[in-house]
Amino acid sequence: MTTLDEPVTQPRLPRLSEPAPAFEAVTTHGPLKLDDFKDRWLILFSHPADFTPVCTTEFIAFAEIFPELQKRGCDLLGLSIDSISAHIAWIRNIEEKTGTKIPFPVIADLDRKVASAFGMVQPGESSTEASRCVFVIDPKGILRAMIYYPLSTGRNMEEIIRLLDALQTADANNVATPANWRPGDKVLVGAPRTTELAEERVGEKGLECIDWYLCKKSL
Amino acid sequence: MPCVKPDGTLSTTGRLMLAAVQKDSSAEDVADTTGMPLYRVRSSLRELIAAGLVAEAGERFSQTEQGAAKAKSSG
Repeated sequence: MTTLDEPVTQPRLPRLSEPAPAFEAVTTHGPLKLDDFKDRWLILFSHPADFTPVCTTEFIAFAEIFPELQKRGCDLLGLSIDSISAHIAWIRNIEEKTGTKIPFPVIADLDRKVASAFGMVQPGESSTEASRCVFVIDPKGILRAMIYYPLSTGRNMEEIIRLLDALQTADANNVATPANWRPGDKVLVGAPRTTELAEERVGEKGLECIDWYLCKKSL
Repeated sequence: MPCVKPDGTLSTTGRLMLAAVQKDSSAEDVADTTGMPLYRVRSSLRELIAAGLVAEAGERFSQTEQGAAKAKSSG
């Protein structure tokens, strides 16, 4: 039996390119399993607490990018260590006070099962709240990207969309994306693995090469 | 629960989902018919199966006799 004074045991953080931890959770849209989101992209994000200022601005911002995520075949799922009643009250309050309807489900993770499985609680920051985490999970259930923000800093929604665009572009075209890439920009082709291929690469048509290992192309 | 209320009657979502389940429907079919997100359809189908209103065979879903009667009385 644990007491309030004992630290919460933290399992290891999930790892990129491994299956995301499976879960079944109570949400504002009813009980949901990770598997319910299969065949679509999923952004799972956590926030520290309902009825708090930074989180409220983030929820409104997530609601604003929701249509853009849907266009990209991506669902959105929130989480905090709060009760379902708190979530419902907060969501209704946001709509009443700001006119913004929250269209995505939110996990009420009072037992911290999901937060623990995803390493959302960072005890150095808070042992009672989830940090501002974002997990991008692909249609096969593989964890493809993670972002961790501290309690004090609201997330950048443009970066979340950019990240999703970059992952989907990389998958669809077998390429990588350079720093600050945005859709429409040139992409990077993989570096050759042999001297012969390196030689061929510099003369390859349709590529813009600085050297054999750094070549861009338009899609 | 989102589909079946504590008194055994169906919620609006429950009625919508049950009505959308035709013989051998896939979850995708139900999502297309209802306009509901796929994750929500999958969760609702699970609940309707647990309530005995829908039966599953190989990821295909059909109303049970009980489900058909409930759909008729709820419609």
